[in-house]
Amino acid sequence: MDIIKASELTYEYIRRNEEGDVDSINQAIKGIDFDIAKGDFVAILGHNGSGKSTLAKAINAILAPTSGSLWVKGYDTKDLDKLWDIRQAAGMVFQNPDNQIIATVVEEDVGFGPENIGIPTKEIWERVEESLRAVGMLEYRKHSPNKLSGGQKQRVAIAGIMAMKPECIVLDEPTAMLDPNGRKDVIHTITELNKRENVTILLITHYMDEVIGADKVIVMDQGQIVMEGTPREVFSKVEELKKYRLDVPQVTELAYELKKSGIPIPDGILTVDELVDELSRL
Amino acid sequence: MSIILDKVNYKYSESTVYEKHALKDINLKINDGEFIGLIGHTGSGKSTLIQHLNGLMKATSGAIYYNGEDIYAKDFNMRTLRSKVGLVFQYPEHQLFETSVIKDVSFGPRNLGLPDLEIDLRAYEALKQVGIGEDLIDASPFELSGGQKRRVAIAGVLAMKPEVLILDEPTAGLDPKGRDEILDRIALLHKEQKITVILVSHSMEDVAKYVDRILVMNKGELIFDNTPKNVFAHYKELENIGLAAPQVTYVMNRLRDQGIRVSTSPTTIKEAKEEILRWAKGEIL
Repeated sequence: MDIIKASELTYEYIRRNEEGDVDSINQAIKGIDFDIAKGDFVAILGHNGSGKSTLAKAINAILAPTSGSLWVKGYDTKDLDKLWDIRQAAGMVFQNPDNQIIATVVEEDVGFGPENIGIPTKEIWERVEESLRAVGMLEYRKHSPNKLSGGQKQRVAIAGIMAMKPECIVLDEPTAMLDPNGRKDVIHTITELNKRENVTILLITHYMDEVIGADKVIVMDQGQIVMEGTPREVFSKVEELKKYRLDVPQVTELAYELKKSGIPIPDGILTVDELVDELSRL
Repeated sequence: MSIILDKVNYKYSESTVYEKHALKDINLKINDGEFIGLIGHTGSGKSTLIQHLNGLMKATSGAIYYNGEDIYAKDFNMRTLRSKVGLVFQYPEHQLFETSVIKDVSFGPRNLGLPDLEIDLRAYEALKQVGIGEDLIDASPFELSGGQKRRVAIAGVLAMKPEVLILDEPTAGLDPKGRDEILDRIALLHKEQKITVILVSHSMEDVAKYVDRILVMNKGELIFDNTPKNVFAHYKELENIGLAAPQVTYVMNRLRDQGIRVSTSPTTIKEAKEEILRWAKGEIL
């Protein structure tokens, strides 16, 4: 079953002048179609301004489509009555952890969401414990969030979403502000949630090495989907990715360069181990 | 010209229960025209260190000399130091505030009390240096893309004509192309204007590609100060403190473990490619 489905989805940012007349129209998403199956780990790549974040906000029904349709768990995102159902089904994690944490104690922050939808107290605490355990932050439950590192804060933000029992989590560059360790922890956490809890993951990122574990990669450019496939298929096309202002993992690029110089190695090498294996076989 | 740090210590909230020893006996000499990378995980003291270099923070003990002058001496002009050592903070575009790009970049030089002509010249030159075209100079900074905003913010610091430019993670949040564009611009400035550059970064790949010297901070101490090759040779120790080497360095080390006789020193794609090709030519081609 598809958890998210888009059909001719279009979103326009309309700028108006002081009289309220239309000044300019910026089409951020241009009639795209896609569907995401339940339980998939999908990565979305694209340069700054390619429409990725607009898409993320559309999935969370923060933005309603200008035309076309987007369904989350079967609900039409244009249906205002279903807004809360949609947001509960598809939780969202943003770039800056500091903007997403509101309480003074970790466990209260995680409990904030369920409390707001009227979950009984006992179940709130169960959900808080479960979510914090799932992101590996249970031992910090009584801590103050502002003493945590960026990566830890981001994991608390993810726990807050998990406590809403979503079927899908949309993460908009969750690691952009983190150091290498924090990045690793967050990616590890979402990979585990995907595998163990079968949560559908939509990861928007600029770090190519975070994408190699995904089931599917979608590349966006100027509001359209321009490439789609497994990480290996997408990263095999080094030149095409560069055209879209993107990159490949360093080891993929090294393999590509070696191949161009006449060394027989296959396209789409994704990890250090793969390249070392190929080279030692020569 | 140089910046010398002599046994610099810094303690946050000294003599309270929250005391934190953020810099421990830092000895360092930054020479004219160097391109230095500063790495270390969050909380290692990188930001504290760079804020000492232009006098934003004052050492608890120890001395800092800028071109031989003690910056903590009573008659030392801190204002001049701050215009000579330009600091670009993380997400500098959050500091844009003027109504047009050109006004924003002119703000610094105007505060120095320079004549109008000089202010204009500096602002135009700085914008050119970061690759912002004349078509954008009257635009509102808020209409620009993320990468453009970042470059305008950097131009604002360049317009002060610094001798030393310190950038705290200048590429965070940018797409790969935007990242390369900014770093290439900085490398060009370093080469053509001979500006000393200190680049704080979490990307080992970027650091390896651009800098000549790497400083590694851990728990307030400067634990490595060497060329990229020599620093990344200690990749296991770097991993223990939450850092890593560039991916290609791992490739070379793994090949070596497999009994393939390649040098483990490459830290960039170009070096790794040359080394593997050299081996391959001898062995298989």
